[in-house]
Amino acid sequence: MNPVSAMNPIYRRRKRMNSLMMGVSTGALAFGLFWLIWIVVVLLWEGASALRPSLFAQMTPPPGGDGGLANAIYGSVLMAGAGTLIGTPVGILAGTYLAEFGGRGWLAPATRFINDVLLSAPSIVIGLFVYAIYVAQAKHFSGWAGAVALAIIVVPVVVRTTDDMLKLVPNSLREAAAALGAPSWKVVTMISYRAARAGIVTGVLLAIARITGETAPLLFTALNNQFWSSDMNRPMANLPVVIFQFAMSPYEDWQRLAWGGATLITLFVLGLNIAARALFRK
Amino acid sequence: MPASVMHAMPEKVAEPARAAKLRVRNLNFYYGSFHALKGVSLEIPENRVTAFIGPSGCGKSTLLRTFNRMFELYPEQRAEGEVLLGDENVLTSKQDVSLIRAKIGMVFQKPTPFPMSIYDNIAFGVRLFENLSRARMDERVEWALTKAALWKEAKDKLHQSGHSLSGGQQQRLCIARGVAVRPEILLLDEPCSALDPISTAKIEELITELKVDYTVVIVTHNMQQAARVSDYTAYMYLGELIEFGETNQIFLKPGKQETEDYITGRFG
Amino acid sequence: MAPRDIPGAVTDHAPKPFMPRKNALMDAIFRNITRFFAFLVFSLLAAILVSLLIGSMPSIRKFGLEFLWSAEWDPVKEQFGALVPIFGTLVTSFIALAIAIPVSFGISIFLTELSPVWLRRPLGTAIEMLAAIPSIIYGMWGLFVFVPIFQERVQPLLAHTIGKVPGLGLLFSGAPMGIGMLAAGIILAVMVIPFITAVMRDVFELVPAMLKESAYGLGSTTWEVVWRVVLPYTKVGVIGGVMLGLGRALGETMAVTFVIGNAHHLSASLFAPGNSIASALANEFTEAVGELYTSALIELGLLLFLITTIVLALSKLLLLQLAKGEGTRT
Repeated sequence: MNPVSAMNPIYRRRKRMNSLMMGVSTGALAFGLFWLIWIVVVLLWEGASALRPSLFAQMTPPPGGDGGLANAIYGSVLMAGAGTLIGTPVGILAGTYLAEFGGRGWLAPATRFINDVLLSAPSIVIGLFVYAIYVAQAKHFSGWAGAVALAIIVVPVVVRTTDDMLKLVPNSLREAAAALGAPSWKVVTMISYRAARAGIVTGVLLAIARITGETAPLLFTALNNQFWSSDMNRPMANLPVVIFQFAMSPYEDWQRLAWGGATLITLFVLGLNIAARALFRK
Repeated sequence: MPASVMHAMPEKVAEPARAAKLRVRNLNFYYGSFHALKGVSLEIPENRVTAFIGPSGCGKSTLLRTFNRMFELYPEQRAEGEVLLGDENVLTSKQDVSLIRAKIGMVFQKPTPFPMSIYDNIAFGVRLFENLSRARMDERVEWALTKAALWKEAKDKLHQSGHSLSGGQQQRLCIARGVAVRPEILLLDEPCSALDPISTAKIEELITELKVDYTVVIVTHNMQQAARVSDYTAYMYLGELIEFGETNQIFLKPGKQETEDYITGRFG
Repeated sequence: MAPRDIPGAVTDHAPKPFMPRKNALMDAIFRNITRFFAFLVFSLLAAILVSLLIGSMPSIRKFGLEFLWSAEWDPVKEQFGALVPIFGTLVTSFIALAIAIPVSFGISIFLTELSPVWLRRPLGTAIEMLAAIPSIIYGMWGLFVFVPIFQERVQPLLAHTIGKVPGLGLLFSGAPMGIGMLAAGIILAVMVIPFITAVMRDVFELVPAMLKESAYGLGSTTWEVVWRVVLPYTKVGVIGGVMLGLGRALGETMAVTFVIGNAHHLSASLFAPGNSIASALANEFTEAVGELYTSALIELGLLLFLITTIVLALSKLLLLQLAKGEGTRT
């Protein structure tokens, strides 16, 4: 019998093995999606009742009281905004050095390596670091300390995307600008940045999404605040820490507010992620 | 010599020798330790089209890129010798390199429109050195686009992205951009290699018109193109200048066996 | 040469001489500003290490190396040892990897080999979204939704099956409380799956199409191509991806803090509550009284940072090696 036939036992065993493993692979995907769907459905279910106008209008209440998350939302927006405003220029400029000027020196490859490590460094350690260099020196928790901690998380994300996106800009474009007599700072700011704009903006959006939900680094820096405060020099309420406190509390109305905050953050973060991807593809 | 090249040759009358615009003397070039140009010397005549031909890797583009010090963007590349523009050695000039580059425009193999509007593509280079009023800038943009034979096609979409143009139009936009800075010399590095035959014909026509005002140097791997557009031709091989002379003479009566072998297609 | 017909031409045609000098200065300024910020990023890692080291000095002086293997953690008597949190960190991370590695491998195979092309992007994005969900959300969901179900359904099941196996049973013994190291490990697994999957997908796509095609050309099945061609070719990168996942799992804070139970004692059972370095920090740092207590916690942070930095650096080195090999192989 010709060995190459559908009845060949070796062939049939290999076929069975293949079907089995492909089934397992499909199962793995289903396993991954299962958690995502579970979490999102739970959030929508629990959050639906909590997402009321009062959530945005009222302050965080004492136990048993009625209230919202207005001060926490406001604090989060302030700190995430300040963190982004500090971290983005630092990240873009550092990334510019890596991609445009680094050349064959030691600084660019070494920084690229360290940046990739920082990208995945535990955020709670960033919180400790800012506690040590800022809070412990100033002797008080503050919104600025929180913003600095968030900025340190923004920087590696922006460095990485800026570096990657600038490297995608064809060299012929830089040469063409240089050939007109443009100095290198103009080549970078007027040509390279423009060509890489979509990618860099995507990186910044992803960084904002990342810090919006960050809790650990705020625990030791911004702490929390029961009240509405615009003073970045004082402890500041923020959504993640409030969610943490309220969720861990034994009071049901606090837990309900925590669900509302959790749903709010997740919808925002997932929305921002999807928007960033859509922008980049365009 | 093959008939195709013969037919491609326009009638050319021998012209009086022109003044040299750019004088290259004993130029050596290195990519790291690789010796890419070996003692090249030649004189590029003013207001004429000079073509560099030769097999790929012969150093013709390298030679072109020394004229505006484009190689300086890459730390491992260096040039030794003289490239004289007037009395000044471009390579060692204390003058800011951007001034040299403004005097010597360059157009690349592939169209390189900047990520901005057609208008701004041209205004970008002009603004580097001149502060023009809006009205004068408008005039300059129109002038440059007209020079590059693009005005008619582009005048209704000046504020659209440069990428909205076709490949051939983009390349003419790049020529307009180079012309707008009012250089004295235009370097064209295989400007038609990414274009279709019709766009190529337009660019070639344009090159012939441009030499009235500019000294043009073109690198091409297409011998028919060199024969059609150039007045002078330099044949290069393995980093050396083998032969340089009037195009008619190079193509009809090459002085060296290597040149003849390459031109007749026996090699290359 | 100065063509007369140029509109906008000024009378002296030479560009203004002050421009270039300003340009050279601006070039130098711009370049040095970017270099300064690059250096800032470069020195950040060292700055974090140094500041944590300074903060831990009181604890290092008092406890020395014994800190690493002492299981005692008594704020009242001011006796501190890192064994319990180190143990909890490692155990939860290894549980996470044990689940996440095969799952990520399966997902990567599906997304690179099996999925119809039009589904790749939406499915890939959905898996990436697992990484976008904030840690605190995993924690809350874990505590309120996952843990009760885990306690009622999964733990008894495990105790009655694997729990009966001699030896192995020890790992699944004790009261099913829901919270504990196993629950933390499982949630960590879900959190690191997207990171490992992303690296695996990237490196799988590095395999030259021709190599895969020649294996298919011999009549190989998809599984054989993946197992015998793709995986050996990308081995180094896959390990790099696993290390990245490990680095993420080790430092994960909020999700673990919610579900690990925060108990300072050692137990062989995975059902038992425990503590991880990050969760100990999150729970105790702001309430720590006294220099020594704070310092001991900072030393924990230092340990965590050292371990994750080493793991992440290894991951990065492996991925760089793969990229380099890619350059020479073609």
